This record gives sequence, C-alpha cells and structure tokens, in this order.
Amino acid sequence: MKLRQSQLQKYSYPDINGFFGKYGGRYVPETLMQALFELDELYRDAVKDKAFKKEFTSMLKSYAGRPTPLTFSDRLTDHYGRGKIYMKREDLCHTGAHKINNTVGQILLAKRSGKKRIIAETGAGQHGVATATVAAKIGLQCVVYMGEEDIHRQELNVHRMKMLGANVVPVTTGSRTLKDATSEAIRDWVTNVDNTFYIIGSVVGPHPYPMMVRNFQCIIGEETFKQILSAEDKLPSILVACVGGGSNAIGMFYPFLGKNVQMIGVEAAGCGLNTQKHAATLSRGTPGVLHGSFSYLLQDKNGQVDLAHSISAGLDYPGVGPEHSALKDSGRVKYVSITDNQALRAAGLFTRLEGIIPALESAHAIAYLEKLMPSTTKKDVIVVNLSGRGDKDMMTYARELN
Amino acid sequence: MKIKKQLKGNRIAPLFHSLKEKNNKALTLFITAGYPKKNSTVPLALRIAESGADIIELGMPFSDPLADGPVIQTSSQQAIKNGITLKLVLAQVKEIRKHCEIPLILMGYLNPILHYGENKFFADAKKAGIDGIILPEVPLEESARFLSLNRKYNLADILFVSPATPEKRIREIDKTASGFIYCVSTTGVTGKSNIGNIGSYIKRVKKNAVKNPVLVGFGIKTPADARNIARHADGIIIGSALIKKITQKEPLLKIGKWAADMKRALH
Repeated sequence: MKLRQSQLQKYSYPDINGFFGKYGGRYVPETLMQALFELDELYRDAVKDKAFKKEFTSMLKSYAGRPTPLTFSDRLTDHYGRGKIYMKREDLCHTGAHKINNTVGQILLAKRSGKKRIIAETGAGQHGVATATVAAKIGLQCVVYMGEEDIHRQELNVHRMKMLGANVVPVTTGSRTLKDATSEAIRDWVTNVDNTFYIIGSVVGPHPYPMMVRNFQCIIGEETFKQILSAEDKLPSILVACVGGGSNAIGMFYPFLGKNVQMIGVEAAGCGLNTQKHAATLSRGTPGVLHGSFSYLLQDKNGQVDLAHSISAGLDYPGVGPEHSALKDSGRVKYVSITDNQALRAAGLFTRLEGIIPALESAHAIAYLEKLMPSTTKKDVIVVNLSGRGDKDMMTYARELN
Repeated sequence: MKIKKQLKGNRIAPLFHSLKEKNNKALTLFITAGYPKKNSTVPLALRIAESGADIIELGMPFSDPLADGPVIQTSSQQAIKNGITLKLVLAQVKEIRKHCEIPLILMGYLNPILHYGENKFFADAKKAGIDGIILPEVPLEESARFLSLNRKYNLADILFVSPATPEKRIREIDKTASGFIYCVSTTGVTGKSNIGNIGSYIKRVKKNAVKNPVLVGFGIKTPADARNIARHADGIIIGSALIKKITQKEPLLKIGKWAADMKRALH
C-alpha cells in the first residue's frame, strides 16, 4: 500500500483560474463573471484577515460544536478482526452533518460582502438546513431550492428549513433532484446577482467555489490529523469517505494529500453499476461540463446529462467536484462504489454495533469496510468520515430495514 | 482583400454592412431545433427567414440549460424527447441552406459539443453552412480554444456582455469578438423579465464596443420593445416570445406575420 513518491509531491491545485489540471474552470454566463471575480477577491482578502479567521474558528467552536470527536469503533473493529477503525464524528456537528463547516465560512463571507439575500441548493436537505441555520443566526433572508422528489423523501429537513425561516422553493424541472435544484439556484443568482450571495453546498460549481468549499471543509481532516496522532501516535493507513459532490471527502482527504496515507472515495452504485440507476460519476462517467465546471459527469450518448439514482438524496447527483476528477486521474485517491442495499445493511450493522445511526450517505463509506477490512492487518488504522447522522433518513430506514 | 474573404466565408459581416447602408437594424430570431416536432425546424426557419428575419439562431437543446428561462427550458426538454441530436441539427441546417443564404448561427451548451468532439463539431457546423456558434457558458476567460476553432473555420466570435460587465471588460470583449456582440438586456435568464429603460445601458455598451455591431436580447416581447431598443442598438434577438407562439400552436402564416411586424418596428 506504499504510495509512489510522485503522488506525495506538494500539491497546489487549483491554479489561479480555478483549474485542477484540466478540471474545474468557470463555465458560466457572462453575467456571473463579475460576481465570481468579486467572490474570489472577497475570499482571498478574508482568509488573510486575522479577524475573519478568528470569527470563523470561534463560530465553528461555540456554535457548530467543533472540534468533533474521533471515536474508536471497538465493536466494529472486533467484528472484522483486522485493522483498527475510527469514526470522525461529523454527525455530531450542529444541524447533523459536516455541511455547517462550509455554511459558517460562506455566511461570514456574505456578511462581509454586504449582500442581504442568501440562496442555496439542497439535495438531502442537510446543506439547506445548514444554510438556513447560519442565515437565521446572522439575520439574513434565505431561499433554498430543492427538487420536488427530494422534498418528499427528506420531509423532515423541509420542516426544519421552514422553521428556520427559509423559503423552500420546490423545483419541478428535469429529475426534480439536486441537479435541477442547482440549475435553478444558478438561474436565481444570474437574475439577482446584485443583492444575492449564493452559498454552494459542495466542492462543485465554478471557481472559486470548489477551492473555497474545500478550504472551509478541510477542518475535518486537520482535526483528524491531530486526533489520530494523539490516539495512535501515527497517521492513519487509510481514509474512507463517501462522495456525492465530494465536500466531506475532500475536507477529510486534503490535509493528508502530501502524506503516505491511502484514500478511498465511495460513490453510490444505486441499484448496481450495471444498471442505469446509479450515481457513480467517477466510476462510470466521462468528463464534461455541468454547473460551471469541467469534471466527470454521467451523460448519455448525445452528451445530455443522465439522471443519477441513489437511495441517498445527498449522493444522488450526476456530477462530482473537479478536484476529485483530478485525484481520480492521478490515482492519488481510489474511487469505489456501494449499492443502496449494501449501504442499508451497513447502516443496520453499524447502528447495532456502535450505537450510532449514520446518515445514508455516510453508510456508503461504512459499507465499504466490508470489502476493505479483509485486506488490512492489525497494524492498520482506518478512519471513516461519518459525515452525518441518520435522523433525516429514519423514514427510509424504517421502510427498508423492517 | 479581407472583405472579399469575409464575403466568401461568412455571411454575418456582409449582412451588417448592407443593413448599415440602408440604415436598418438586424432582427435575429431564435428557434429551438427539433421543437415542437423533430422535423419542425426547417419549415419554421424558412418561414421566419422569408418573413423578415435577418439572422436565424438555432438552439441546440441541452438537458440543463442554465441561461434559459422556463419557455426555452420546456422547448429544449421536448426537443430532446423528440429525439433531436447535434447530428440531426446539422442535417437540418444543411436542408435550410438548400433554400436560403440567411446568416445562421447555433446556440448551445458545451457538454453535447464536447461529447461530439469540439473540433469535429466546429468543422461539421461550418460544412453545414453555419456562420457562428454562441456558447452562453463560455466567458472570455474560457474562450481561447473556441476562438481558435472559429478562426480555423471562419466562424464569428460572438461573445456576451451584460449589465454586470464593467466598461473595461466590454472593450476587451469587443476586441476579441467578431460578427456581433450579444448584449444581454438584463441580468437573468431568457424570456423572463420585461424590458425596462435600458437606453443608457446600451449607450454605455455602444460607447465601448466600437468594433462590432451590438445586438440586444433577453426579454424582448413586442414591436414596441423592438422599436425602443433599435434606437440605440444595431439589432435585436428574440427567442422566448417566438417559442411561446410556437408552443401555442400558432400557424406558420401567423408566425410569419408576427416576424414581419417585428422587422417593421426596426426600420
């Protein structure tokens, strides 16, 4: 499992134009270019500003509940009888998932920008809830675009967003899921660019979003780095995280990219990779342009974007962040996939062994342990990013596991 | 010598040359290829061409048209359901070319073009008789590879400016562009907002875009809109308002009359 030296070289993506090798960029209408330049500048100024950094760190600590623990999963470890398994507990963040790390960062940027209206897209509703939450906390108006299909399967999160004062706009075009919600959010932004700040929820979209969201999320990996050193006195051998757009995974992986640590991104195989119903963009897609960047994409023989499928709304997206595309091509990260059924089974097993109900998204990462663990030894240390908790998925679990 | 080459290879520059001589403005009409039926494109295009359109813009349907409002979104979805593909669009262009020499431009999102192969697509488009390809997802920063393909095939470099574009950037865009500049009337998507008082905005664009004709599009619905804008701009682009008529199943004859009314408003 030793990595080639070339893969450990210092990593400096993206370049000034937002490219991770050939992936990324700013494929957006002219109307948005000025806003993207301004956002880039706003972000670069902010991260140089000690006061901004202090406010970000303090809000993550006193409001979002960071640092999150790194929990040793002793019974799951015993179950496989091989390497030691740890969980990075993003499920314990305020609002129930890692999404809030990014929304705290972006809402502070929004405050700096002076724009009074916040928009966001959401799939599972976790990013919508995290955005509505910070918008309420800062006192800004919030509109969340959500596919009608997702509104049905994530009803609880819709109620949360409404209670938080957000206006949830159902999107009825196309697949009625995250893809179309994102398109509608971008159309809103093009229309209201003067007074609106768009908080994107994953490492997707035009530059600077993939870079910015990664940098706000890499607190996950930075904490893990320190925590695992203190628990094991060494770095982990393997990191595992689920990948939809890819924000929790890149947040976990990024601080380890220059280290001798193996990384595995787990996509949703839905009903199976050999069916038409999956969301395994990196495993089965080809490069193309969607939502402002060049990246792997599920598309048909005419270059129309295919519908994705996953039981997990948060992974149900035919695109993926451009940085993951570059990491796939370079071989630095290995991307695998897990079906709906494998994820459900893993969620059941994990809950009974560890007393933690994982989000369906995170259950994909946990499910991969079934394949991974037999190849590990007792000396190995594996960290899984438990990106969110399963409360929002209880209706699905109740239906599918009984 | 240069003009001769343009005349031979591309129909856009000569059009504006002759419109200018007549002190007339350009009417560009947009239709979604393959809508309402897969084979509607050619008869519709020929009808609006003979009714007064100066340029025809053919929309190549995409599953996720970010810059388009509900009217063009719906027409694109239907056209994809009808089975339209880039290959078919180009075949329809060839068919139109058998009957008329009107400047023809394509409008489309990047992904299907990349999937087709960008070099092959630009070459095939030129061969079919296209004069320019509008790519609403390609701002100046990402345009280099497409501009070099345009140069290779003598296609127009049609770029956008919007109310959010600063004056210095308008000048850069004007320097790079050829054919015409697509001036978006308001921030937003196609067909949605009504045209307000945009005279001073167009004047600002015209002041900075000295090299290229400036055509205004997005939200133009009535001959009155057309007349107002034509006072300042070199022409207009209408899409959603026309697609709406097509969706309402107005007969070709009435659509032709509507196009003629629009053209008259530009005199």
